[in-house]
Amino acid sequence: MLTGFERIQLISLAGSLFFMLGILELIRRQKIKEAYAILWLIFGSVFILLSFWKKGLDYFAGIVGIYYPPALLFLILIVAIILILINFSVVLSSQNDKIRILTQEMALMRTELEKKSPKNVDGPDHTALNQTARTDD
Amino acid sequence: MNTGCIIIPCYNEMTNIAGVIEEASQFADKFDILVINDASTDQTSLAARKTQKATVIDLPANLGVGGAVQTGLKYAKNQRYSWAIKLDGDGQHPPEAIQSMLEPLTEREADIVIGSRFLAINSGFRSSFLRRIGIKFFEKLGMLLTGQRFTDPTSGFRAYNRKAIEFMAVHYPTFDYPEPEELVLASLNGLRLKEVSVSMRDRWSGESTISSSFSVYFMLKVTLAMIFIFFRTSKNNKEAKC
Repeated sequence: MLTGFERIQLISLAGSLFFMLGILELIRRQKIKEAYAILWLIFGSVFILLSFWKKGLDYFAGIVGIYYPPALLFLILIVAIILILINFSVVLSSQNDKIRILTQEMALMRTELEKKSPKNVDGPDHTALNQTARTDD
Repeated sequence: MNTGCIIIPCYNEMTNIAGVIEEASQFADKFDILVINDASTDQTSLAARKTQKATVIDLPANLGVGGAVQTGLKYAKNQRYSWAIKLDGDGQHPPEAIQSMLEPLTEREADIVIGSRFLAINSGFRSSFLRRIGIKFFEKLGMLLTGQRFTDPTSGFRAYNRKAIEFMAVHYPTFDYPEPEELVLASLNGLRLKEVSVSMRDRWSGESTISSSFSVYFMLKVTLAMIFIFFRTSKNNKEAKC
């Protein structure tokens, strides 16, 4: 398996390792939650494996009937990206719901507070925030 | 405190909101007025507060119509109102119609009443050709999914009884353009719906955030949502029966 280690293998191995270390470092620094890093790590491992096992690509390409093995590489990559993006959509939708509920509860509580002691509550002080948010998009 | 409330969701309706509140306040002896300011970037909140006739709920971030309306319904649920009426903040919905919209609720004929522009032939509302096609499409789709005909599925003029308030405070379609979805959701969950003819006016001034862009996005999003609500609910019902 390690005989005849070619230049492309070294490069792809270095690239994959660099990628994996980057993800692990982000997890260590708590920039990514472990749950969201799993997909990245899985596909990183696949690419490390394929860097070592050069024949593996030909092998799997043969199984699924792809004549040009490197095309399989792109296929795996695209599938990886699609899966991760779908995962993002799921997370995004659930966050959307959570933010909505928080916003509503906060507004309702503020209204209750306002009724009890009108002096302590100013009007909306978030207009500035909204304006800056709007220039962003 | 009254037994009902009028929910007015609004976004940047500084010029219209005071007038809408004034008009609605003719029912002040029966209904509390509730303005949901969906994080307007103008002085909508202040304009509404100045009338001193409405409770103003300021959302700290913009949620879209669905989220704003649901906030009002949550408030109505918490305050134990028996009736809630939803009115647009742009002056399109004449509050005079409230009386006739309440009737089916008090007569216990329906749980949600929809104010329809198209139930009567001469209702005085003009809209563009494309928009009418869109509305017709949702009418047909709604009929397919619920078995009931809604002549004005996109109308946001609605009245709710206590049962509907409690259901919608939790399940209201909370994204943008919630109206046609709401019909399917309500109908499939055993709420009785009824349309009542009302005449609507053109909005008083400014840009509509809800309905002026009768766009491809709007059509696709609402169609998808209606169909999925249908499958989701009928699946749940089957499971409940087992």
